[in-house]
Amino acid sequence: MNIIVLVKQVIDPEAPPSSFKIDASTNKAEMRGAAPVIDPYGEFAVEASLRIKEAKGGKIAVMSLGINLLREVVKKPLSMGADELILLEDESYVGGDSWSTAYAMAMAIKKYGEYDLILCGRESSDTNAGQTGAGIAEILGLPCVSLARKIDITDGSAKVERVTADGYEVIDVPLPAVITVSNEIGEPRYPTIKGIMAAKKVDPVIWKPADIGIEPSQVGSAGQKGKLFKLYQPVYEGKCELAEGETSEEAAANLALKLREAKIL
Amino acid sequence: MSDYQGVAVYCETRNEKLVPIATEELGIGRKLADDLGHELLAVLVGSGIRSLAQEAFSYGADKVCIVDDPLLKDYHTDSYVLVMEKLVNQVKPQILIMGQTDIGRDLAPRLAFKLGTTVTMDCIELAIDPQSKRLLQTKPVYGGNAHAVFVTETDPQMVTVRTKAMTPLEPDASRQGEVVKIEAGLEASVIRTKVLDRVVEEVKGIKIEDAEVVVAGGRGIGSTEGFGQLEELAKLLRGAVAASRPPCDNGWVPDTLQVGLTGKIIAPELYVAVAISGSSQHLSGCSGSKNIIAINKDAEANIFRHSRFGVVGDWKKVLPAFTEKVRELMAG
Repeated sequence: MNIIVLVKQVIDPEAPPSSFKIDASTNKAEMRGAAPVIDPYGEFAVEASLRIKEAKGGKIAVMSLGINLLREVVKKPLSMGADELILLEDESYVGGDSWSTAYAMAMAIKKYGEYDLILCGRESSDTNAGQTGAGIAEILGLPCVSLARKIDITDGSAKVERVTADGYEVIDVPLPAVITVSNEIGEPRYPTIKGIMAAKKVDPVIWKPADIGIEPSQVGSAGQKGKLFKLYQPVYEGKCELAEGETSEEAAANLALKLREAKIL
Repeated sequence: MSDYQGVAVYCETRNEKLVPIATEELGIGRKLADDLGHELLAVLVGSGIRSLAQEAFSYGADKVCIVDDPLLKDYHTDSYVLVMEKLVNQVKPQILIMGQTDIGRDLAPRLAFKLGTTVTMDCIELAIDPQSKRLLQTKPVYGGNAHAVFVTETDPQMVTVRTKAMTPLEPDASRQGEVVKIEAGLEASVIRTKVLDRVVEEVKGIKIEDAEVVVAGGRGIGSTEGFGQLEELAKLLRGAVAASRPPCDNGWVPDTLQVGLTGKIIAPELYVAVAISGSSQHLSGCSGSKNIIAINKDAEANIFRHSRFGVVGDWKKVLPAFTEKVRELMAG
């Protein structure tokens, strides 16, 4: 099994909401005081790939697109057990939308050549769009199953449990295919010391647009079909009325009384 | 792109009815169509769904487009994308609205890429820009920490809308309109996937998306047993128990109870958040609630910024006393 896993470097979505800030001049968001991380949804995809490798053997190549990719961040999947790292790292990839990102990723996958399975997170924690997997599948003409919570590989196909509103469905999809992975797959493993040491020795392969056969005009902000018109932080009033009391029990009773008074109960 | 006209709404159906989000899509679709002076078209895709046209009319559609074919009985990405591509190329709507459901999340991006346009997922607000007449699409990003407004430069301008973000019209059974039938023209061989099984994970009592009262627990609850105490309060208030992501990831409760960006999006009358810190990803699922009540030992927890009432304290002490007092008040 040759598996390609797509991950993204993002601002830490688990940092407290109070540290979230937007730079109005650049429309860029940041988490003050928190280092960037591998997108948690992408980590679920890495975990899924490692489980398949354990069961079926094979090789895992990780791909990521962006600039200023911190090596200690993008190497995390390697330290968890992935084998190769390919970075689409160039100024011209910046400012893209789902279109330009999926296009560049699809061309990189084509160049990589031999693959049975492409995995990515169900969405990323920054754009919350969930389009890259479907887009790559469409560009490469592959079937795609979204929202996977379990993947079993059998001869030439994958049996995927796909999350639905009231449970799940079991879908059989022929390989090669794209599968987007949901958090229900289970907690990603921690990197091991041995994994971290091994990851240090891996030199990532860097592909510029010319390396994957695309013009700079097809990627990044030049290749997008939607425009960001405005980015802002919604304001919440934050007028919470706290019930007080000598003890927690008394405060709790007072809360019930307040709710009755406000006709909520 | 000027030959694209009208607002189309993709209406998902289940058990021979429009799903609730379809009526919400028709509500916002009606408003946008009126603002543009265009027609509102409802799109129904499935098998044995012809009788649902009247329901779409009563919720505001001017025209209903039906693709009815036995091959469309189950949702498959391949068949639905092909049928929708054909329909869009024939009807040429300027705006196409879908629902952010497990089907919408799958169908909308693939269809957009096939059509060469783009889709903005999970919109909570849609409006026509008075100058450009293009659609302003507002969606939460960064797990709800920010909102982004997008404009699509290609037609159709595609969006999915978040559950309960839009308001349906009062149904008017006397509304009539034109029904257009479109042949699916599908070969079974285009469908590359097979659905081997569909599993419904039964939940006891009221479903969280239907409940007026929801009692939700977070990481601080610590165990399956802890959720038993939430159950007691929920029962008393005839509500349902829900959870943020950590209790689901830890297996204390089933995944179907998860409220949040990657779980269910609900808007009950009363949402009691117990030991939930209030991450943006969780609030995305419950911020539409009429009243949020928080019980948390951390006075600085983000949940209090979104709550109307609260208690700062250990839930293990607060919740039993609160439940007792509620029982007493309700008995009296």
